[in-house]
Formats: sequence, structure tokens, C-alpha cells
Amino acid sequence: MEGAGEVAEALGVEITGLRFRRGPRVIFDGLSCRFPAGRISVVLGGSGSGKSTLLRLIATLERPEAGEIRVGGELALSLGSAEALRRYRRGVGMMFQGGALLNSVSVFDNVALPLREHTELGEAEIRAQVHRIFEAVDLEGVDELLPGQLSGGMTKRAALARALVLRPRLLLCDEPFSGLDPATLRRVEALLLGVNERFGATLILTSHHVESTLRIASHVVVLAEGRAVEGAPGEVRASAQPEVREFFADVAEAAP
Amino acid sequence: MTAAAHVARLGGRGIAFVNELGRLAAFAAQVAAALATPPPRVRRCLDEIHDVGVLSLSVIGVSGLAVGMVLGLQGYNTLVRFGAEESLGTVVGLSLIRELGPVLSALLVTGRAASAAAAEIASMVVTEQLDGLRMMSIDPVHYVIAPKVLAFVISMPLLSSLFTVLGLAGGYLVGVLFLGVDGGGYVSSVQGSIDVYEDVVPSLVKSLIFGLLVAMIAAFRGFHAEPHSAGVAAATTSTVVVASVTTLIVDYFLTALMGV
Repeated sequence: MEGAGEVAEALGVEITGLRFRRGPRVIFDGLSCRFPAGRISVVLGGSGSGKSTLLRLIATLERPEAGEIRVGGELALSLGSAEALRRYRRGVGMMFQGGALLNSVSVFDNVALPLREHTELGEAEIRAQVHRIFEAVDLEGVDELLPGQLSGGMTKRAALARALVLRPRLLLCDEPFSGLDPATLRRVEALLLGVNERFGATLILTSHHVESTLRIASHVVVLAEGRAVEGAPGEVRASAQPEVREFFADVAEAAP
Repeated sequence: MTAAAHVARLGGRGIAFVNELGRLAAFAAQVAAALATPPPRVRRCLDEIHDVGVLSLSVIGVSGLAVGMVLGLQGYNTLVRFGAEESLGTVVGLSLIRELGPVLSALLVTGRAASAAAAEIASMVVTEQLDGLRMMSIDPVHYVIAPKVLAFVISMPLLSSLFTVLGLAGGYLVGVLFLGVDGGGYVSSVQGSIDVYEDVVPSLVKSLIFGLLVAMIAAFRGFHAEPHSAGVAAATTSTVVVASVTTLIVDYFLTALMGV
């Protein structure tokens, strides 16, 4: 992570009484949870439990029916003006599950895009910054490649590079471990730990992967039936709540 | 089903149609605002002109030539009955410039480029590329949609002109070289019957309007696609159907309005 730069104060997230439905299906009905500033939090839950939706709500890509999302003490939901929304999103990076890199432009241009759009930096400085970020996420020789030419692990790292290039205070990662072989998975884990340490950003990850979660998280939120159970990884793992026990039992059963 | 249920269903469809038109109008306003907002996306627009215009050249060229040859053959067979085969250039020229050039170019561009544009935008929805732009505080309408729409508006009159010119050449090929019509007569009848202000300019305006309509329909369908693979297919199919039918209907009104 050397040379990747520092980030200002990390942002904590507090969610209260969140209600959200997709069509007729209720995803959250009064969800409340918190994600401490400067730490790595992992959201666990079965398929369809609303993990990705929760990240999209924090990112303001979705609007809830009711409830509050406070990011760094500010209400994320009241970002009425385009300028306020723009300012908010500049402090929040998001790594999408499939990468969400623009297919029609090179990996370099994907990562350089936020710098070209939001800074006054010259092309030489942009090139230097992008290469520093590439080094930080352990990517090399990908400048001219198109996203479609990358492997799954490289796509994740390129997406992480793009999410980090504006030095966000809050980084949201949707399923960063999905579809990775064990070696690449450990590499991505190490990268995320490094991002948290060196950049000082708050990280919120969604995952199915309990092992990885226990290795890197300092705070865990388990989503079950529209509600959250949260705490330190050990506490949540030992929870007596039936939904949580059921989730971990399902995961253990599905494990090879 | 009762009569009341039929009426209710019809009413529901009517409301859905009007609702869709309203959403399209709001989307068009968003695109217009994006086009007027700096910075201009010159590089992206040039890339899109390449995709829409340059990659359509062969389809437009071959089709224009073929349509011109058919017009030459059909026109000759009809005119020769009245001993008026020297008017072949007029028939081919006016048909192409007033009607077939703009309309057939629009239909061909719909099939080749608009369907591709709708599929591309819809797949950007499915793969969260547009959300990725939003998270970088980049307006997807400004970055993706506006350059595409502008590229269609710029390319369509040029493609239509190419179609018409190659159509005239196709008519010449069949009429003059195969059927023995006088070459000088063919060219002079084209020259004599086509007026720049009454025929050529309205034809270009027609193409420009078709370009705008086709682009807006493709962009709207792609941008509002359901976020799954069936959504991409639905956006592509509906773009081709809606844009083709709209082109033909609007053509009637433009023809009636402009007299071409």
C-alpha cells in the first residue's frame, strides 16, 4: 500500500428503522444496525436476505420507504440536491460484485476516470496516481487491457482500485470474495485489510464466506428475515438467536 | 371476461401508454439538459459516430445500390410502356431523395445500430456499470446516453445521403448500362427534377428527425431495461419494433407537413 496516500477521517454508519420493499417483497422491515468508523464490518446472510440491497441503500442507489441512514452523523437520505449527492458519493467508494468496470474502455481509463472527472490533475499526475493504486492492489501490466480480458481476481482488484482512487472515507464492497479460488481469496482478504490499515477507511463488506469474515472482520452483522443481529465475530458466531444459528448451520452444511 | 373487464383492461393499457410517453418525454428532457451541460464528451461522441456511422457504411451502401437497381428496373418497365424511359432519372431520383433514402436508412440503422445501442445500454444496467458511474458522481445520461443520441443525429443524414447517391448509381447501372437508356438523359433528368430546397433539404431534415427518434427510443429502452438477461433481450426487440413503426408513422406526418 506504500504511496497510496492517506484518507481523512473515516465515516461510521448508523441505520435505524429501515423499511424497504422490492415490488411486493418486503426486504427490510424496521432494520437497525451500525457499522463502526474505521473498522471492517461484514454483512452476512443467505441469498435474498438483502445484503447487496443494504449496501445500495447506504450508497443512495436505492431509496427506502422509511427509516434513517446516517453516514458520519449526516442523514444520507436527505441528500436532496445533485451537488449534495455528488459530494456524498465522492466520500464513498463502491466495489460492485461483478466489478461494474466500463467494458468499452481500458482498465487504466476505468481507474483514471474519477480523477479526470473530479480533479484538476494533469495527465502525467493521473498516470502516476493510477499506477500507485495499481501497485497498492497488486495489479500490473493491465493498462491497455479491456475489463473483459481480466481474470475474476484481477477484475475484483481493478474494481477495488477504481473504488479507492479518490481516497474514500467509506468503502462498500459487494461480495468481494465470490467466485475466487482460495489463493486469490486470501490475496483479496490481505488487500482489504491493507486498505483499512493504510487508507484508514471504514469498510463494509457483504459476504457468504464465513471463514474469510471471521479472519478479517472486527464487526459482523447477520441479516435474517429483514432484521439484523450484530456484534464482534465471536459473539455473533455464538449467538443463541434461532435465525443466526440456522444461518451458520446452513453454511456448515453447504461447506465441502 | 365481462365487457366491463375488457374496458378496464383497455383503459389500463391506455394509461400505461400515456405513462410511457410521459417517461420518454422526461428522459428526452434529461438528454437535452445533458447535451447542454459541459464538459462536451467529444471523444465519446466520435467513438459513437464510428459505431453508428462507420460500421453501418457497408449495410447502407449495399442496400442503397440494390434499391436503386430495383427502382431502375421497375421504373424502366413501367415507363417504357408510355415511351417515357428518358424520365427514369426523375423517377429514381425523386423516389430515393423524397422517401426511400431517409426511411430505409432509418430502418437499416435501427436494425444494425439502434438495436446494438439498446443492448449495450441494457447490459450496462444489468452489470451495474451505470450504477458504477453514479457512484463516481458521473451522470450516466451525460456520459453514456447523450453522446450516443448525438452520434445518431449526426450520422443519420450522412448515411441517408450515401444511400441516395448509391441508389442513383444503381439506377444508372441498370437503366443506362443494362437497359440502354441514354446516360446523359438519365443524369439530366435527375438534375432537372431535383431541387435543393424543395427536395434535398427536407430529406436531410427528415433523416435528422428519424435519427433523433431512433436514438431516443433505443436509449430509453436500454436505460430502463429490467436488470437481468431477459431485460436485455426485451429492450433490444422492443427498440427494433417501436423504432421501425414510429419511423413509418412519423414519415407520413413529415411528408404531409413538408410536402416531400
